[in-house]
Amino acid sequence: MASIREQFEIPGKMKTWSLALIGVGLVALVIGLVTKGFSTDEHEQAHFWGTLMYNTIFWTLVCNASMFFICVTTLAMGGWQQSFRRIPEAISTMVPIFGSITFVVLIYIVVSDKHFIYHWLDTEAVAKDPILLGKSGFLNPKFFIIWTTLAIGLWSILGWRMRQISREADEAPMDNESGAKFILRNTVRAAFFTVWFALTVGSTIPWLWMMSIDAHWYSTMYSWYTFASSFVSGMSLIALWVIYMKNKGYLELTTQDHLHDIGKFMFAFSIFWTYLWFSQYMLIWYANIPEETVYFKHRVQGPYKGIFFLNLIINFICPLLILMKRSAKRNYTLVTFMAVLILFGHWLDFYQMVMGSLSKETVTLGWLDFGILSLFVGLMILFVGRSLASKPLIVKYHPFLKESIIHQV
Amino acid sequence: MAKKKFVVGCFDDEAVLFPAVKKVRSAGYKIHDVYTPFAVHGLDHAMGLRETSLHTAGFIYGITGTSTALGCISWILAKDWPLNFGGKPHFALPAWIPITFELTVLFAAVGMVLTFCYLCQIAPFVKKHHFHARATDDLFVMVIECTEKTNVDDLKSFLSNNGAIETDVQIAEAGWWLGRYDQDELPFENKQTVAA
Repeated sequence: MASIREQFEIPGKMKTWSLALIGVGLVALVIGLVTKGFSTDEHEQAHFWGTLMYNTIFWTLVCNASMFFICVTTLAMGGWQQSFRRIPEAISTMVPIFGSITFVVLIYIVVSDKHFIYHWLDTEAVAKDPILLGKSGFLNPKFFIIWTTLAIGLWSILGWRMRQISREADEAPMDNESGAKFILRNTVRAAFFTVWFALTVGSTIPWLWMMSIDAHWYSTMYSWYTFASSFVSGMSLIALWVIYMKNKGYLELTTQDHLHDIGKFMFAFSIFWTYLWFSQYMLIWYANIPEETVYFKHRVQGPYKGIFFLNLIINFICPLLILMKRSAKRNYTLVTFMAVLILFGHWLDFYQMVMGSLSKETVTLGWLDFGILSLFVGLMILFVGRSLASKPLIVKYHPFLKESIIHQV
Repeated sequence: MAKKKFVVGCFDDEAVLFPAVKKVRSAGYKIHDVYTPFAVHGLDHAMGLRETSLHTAGFIYGITGTSTALGCISWILAKDWPLNFGGKPHFALPAWIPITFELTVLFAAVGMVLTFCYLCQIAPFVKKHHFHARATDDLFVMVIECTEKTNVDDLKSFLSNNGAIETDVQIAEAGWWLGRYDQDELPFENKQTVAA
């Protein structure tokens, strides 16, 4: 493996670009904070905090999806991902960073009693409301804070433990016995993460963070829908980083065949997302009960109509038709294009999920959204780049590495 | 359907088969097919087979299913016999999606199975020549098609030199024909399949 470049050096351009994006984002953040965040008008406040909220939740979940990807492939005894596994690992180092931003934003919203965002914070209204009273065991500040802390904390810790054990494969070759032990320990740690992931992202966290904005409304599909959204964006993000590193001449062992499999994930989970989108929509449309249709009313027939259906076109029709062909999933340019499109599409999906409930009358999409987005993209590029540079790019002595090298689709 | 002359080489190891396939191809012989007891990864690539068009066929079948479903349902429920179901509009697209999906899958699945059978020449009551019975058990059987110019003895020794443990020459039907495996009859008078 003499010709393999193990160490990533951050190109100057990447640093400049990420800092520029962060700069733009910070300017937008400060202007937004001054003009909207601390404004006395509740609509302006909801606009600012909602925008910050969906961006930070989106990026936390997307980066967390990387660790989920590693854990499920580990549990499935997958070998093909080993040649590029340091990429999702590096992306998952963003979980503590974005997680703490999410934590600060959400806790601030709850502690400062912003009941125009979370209606269930309004104790007087809850006392008179039998539906909210029934939900108050789940929707109350104490539970919210504890569960949010636990969720973000354990994602970070369990993910960190997964990354730690991956570092052991850099040190020395393993024989059969120590290799088997290593895989078993990997499996156990991955199982812990996956179970916690199922209890949070797979069920409670999207209900708590996003669905509870519409405090009366509920959908049991909601968490799976959010999970599908974040996982398909997570795979797109991995694809983007893999292609970037390939372009820079790293990841010699990762080939079109690996890209093909990442492309399959992007394709398959776009369909899965649509399946959940449709299941949620169709049942509510069919039953046509006002308590349930209230969520879709202003999205399907109101000002969010355009975004709502654009969302479906970007996240379903485009991946379905463009990524279907084998040659498309093996084409670096096309996968890059689709990955950016899917990331944008699901960001827009998160936008309408949160802002569609906070600002029912007008669509707020504007400079603030893109400004905050650029802050998060900048942070992501900066820290993922650093994290990539801090470790060897190849898990040299992983028992399954050979499986990845000879991977062929 | 035509009878052709084939040279058959049997290999007992994948690792020997691969270089042999490459050498036979670069020597200019035409490989009719390689029969293996299990799916061998990368063999299609080594044999230079083109990518299958089965998935394109599948896409066309799927689209046919989608348009059949949408066409039928919309004609029936919106034009020919509109009924009021729970106050929903006659053109109730969301309610049709599950059926459309099912019909897409049905058309694609059934169509692809039949196409696959056609491409592989397998069907009930249809027979195909077996070049070597052990191809279904533990031998990799490479079948090379002969032309008038082919020197059979040269080819046989060429195969042996490249690791074939057994070689022979057969005159056999190249395609499939109506027949049954449990009855030992051939569509042609000549029952002799092994020639000198």
